[in-house]
Amino acid sequence: MSEGTQHSGGTGPSHRAVEIGTAAAMIALGLIVIAGSWQVGIGWGAEGPKSGFFPFYLGIIIVGASLFNLIQASLERDLPVLFAEWAQLRQVLAVIIPTAVYVGAIPWIGIYIASLALIALFMVWLGGYRITYSLMVSAGVVIATYLTFEKWFLVPLPKGPLEELLGL
Amino acid sequence: MEEVVNLFHGFAVVIQPFNLLLMVVGILLGVIIGVLPGLGGANGVAILLPLTFSMSPTSAIIMLSCIYWGALFGGAITSVLFNIPGEPWSVATTFDGHPMAQQGKAGEALTAAFTSSFVGALFAVIMITLVAPLVAKFALQFGPAEKFAVFFLAFCSFIGLGKEPPMKTIVAMMIGFALAAVGLDSVTGQLRLTFGVTELLNGFDFLVAVIGLFGIGEILLTMEEGLSFKGKAAGINPKVVLQTWMELPRYWVTSLRSCVIGCWMGISPAGATPASFMSYGIAKRVSTKGHNFGKGEIEGVVAPETAAHAAGTAALLPMLSLGVPGSPTAAVLLGGLLIWGLQPGPLLFVEQKEFVWGLIASMYLGNLVGLLVVLTCVPLFAAILRIPFSIIGPIILVFCAIGAYTVHNSTFDVVMMLVFGVIGYVLKKCNYPLAPMVLAIVLGDKAEEAFRQSLLASQGSLGIFFSNALVSSIMVLGLIALFWPMIQNGWTRLRGSNSPARSGSL
Repeated sequence: MSEGTQHSGGTGPSHRAVEIGTAAAMIALGLIVIAGSWQVGIGWGAEGPKSGFFPFYLGIIIVGASLFNLIQASLERDLPVLFAEWAQLRQVLAVIIPTAVYVGAIPWIGIYIASLALIALFMVWLGGYRITYSLMVSAGVVIATYLTFEKWFLVPLPKGPLEELLGL
Repeated sequence: MEEVVNLFHGFAVVIQPFNLLLMVVGILLGVIIGVLPGLGGANGVAILLPLTFSMSPTSAIIMLSCIYWGALFGGAITSVLFNIPGEPWSVATTFDGHPMAQQGKAGEALTAAFTSSFVGALFAVIMITLVAPLVAKFALQFGPAEKFAVFFLAFCSFIGLGKEPPMKTIVAMMIGFALAAVGLDSVTGQLRLTFGVTELLNGFDFLVAVIGLFGIGEILLTMEEGLSFKGKAAGINPKVVLQTWMELPRYWVTSLRSCVIGCWMGISPAGATPASFMSYGIAKRVSTKGHNFGKGEIEGVVAPETAAHAAGTAALLPMLSLGVPGSPTAAVLLGGLLIWGLQPGPLLFVEQKEFVWGLIASMYLGNLVGLLVVLTCVPLFAAILRIPFSIIGPIILVFCAIGAYTVHNSTFDVVMMLVFGVIGYVLKKCNYPLAPMVLAIVLGDKAEEAFRQSLLASQGSLGIFFSNALVSSIMVLGLIALFWPMIQNGWTRLRGSNSPARSGSL
């Protein structure tokens, strides 16, 4: 995986920075776990160990091991230089952002319309297909999904106003 | 001979037409999952698990385990034809499989790969049939301390035997345990770690985590690497298959050795991927044609495929008999058992005979059906791989979302899936292992329960984990696994001969 980050001399965030950031985030997470355990009691109650007993020690281990990783990451010599090139990260964001919109839209417009839009958008934008072709493919997938889940396996999926209008 | 009778009962369950149909559907879906990037055994099973909620547990496990077999088979297709391992355990298959395809021997390579997969799986299933009931019978006498010791051993093996840095494995694992602790504490009935967020009342569902970490994370990695598929033509005709089958018995030593390696690595949670590499490495060193490995040697396909399949199958042994899964996919299957209301572990063999033996029987038949399906349908699967990623990528995203939603009919879970996906991408890039995290999310509650019950019995003294011969020996095994890298280093230094660079090259 590391060889992909070293060719062609592009720029991007350094691997060390991301590594340190991850370790710091883990430490924060560990502290949250410790705080949460503290709230419910980490000691010994009437019926044995209290609810926070086990997670408290998990939090301690997370913080301790992450501190080690943080120091390790700042001292390590032969880390790959780049985490990824900006161009590569742009590709990754090109998936994350539309998916985030998609995920946020599901409660409002239902999963079918949202999926139709997501697949068509990807095909037009990343694949360079014509809009009509993209819509046909995505409509085919969505209809097949509808039949499989709602009709065959009887699993209801979230629907929006349009499905209500059609009486599905 | 009670086992044989039970096994035949199992076969009677499996060959009901409905179950046979599910088996073929499962294999087909599994191969597709194995072929597509971004969909692997673990998250493929996780996505399809909600579809089985309405089925009987036996039918459900037949379909889901067949998806698993299919995924194991499918990984070989992409390795040989496209030089892209569809699954991590088929990386070693590309070394000789793809050169064979380049020389126009794709048919031979695929036949060898599928057949060795079948042999490896068969060996492991026979082992499960013979060993699992014994292990389960033995484990019936386990108290909470012994149960915790088994969990301890499983997780220590991840830390000591995994190829990722131990401290990162520990962090990933502990975060998994912490995620499992969120929500209602089953022992005291108290809420914890929710910080007043009502969505967290039920905690984090491992299925959502699996779909996010493995599914979405993998798609993000694929996007970053910008894969383009350029495959070799696939043609398998009966003549090639027969010719290859005539040739394969020559490699029986390699095959047998790979079976043993696979079974061993599969039972310990090291898993199929290291098993395939180790088997390939040893075959290369031992074989008379070793110098030719990497240039298209059929033995170099036999060794990793046999071991990977044996390991993948053997991973179900500890899951069935002890309730400790040997791989992420086995962990998802174990989660399925809990959802269907079955208690995984030794009691399963006593209380749910039909289920257990149905599953074991379906392993025999499923692998046979799988072999026939993949041998006949290779061109179809290769065609699926030629669909551009800009079409298949969003479709996989949609299926992941549907899978995450159907777990609890909650759109919040879909949001969590995306969050887990981004986390999974960053963690994978920073070399944190995801498998122990998933296993910890699945097993967290059980491990904690066993730990607290043991402490309750001993009034809080850790001495209970060394209170008798059985529990002490399991704990000591765990400690050996935990400190294995140091023990190995110390050993080589004592002998003073081997170069330190050799350690950790697995």
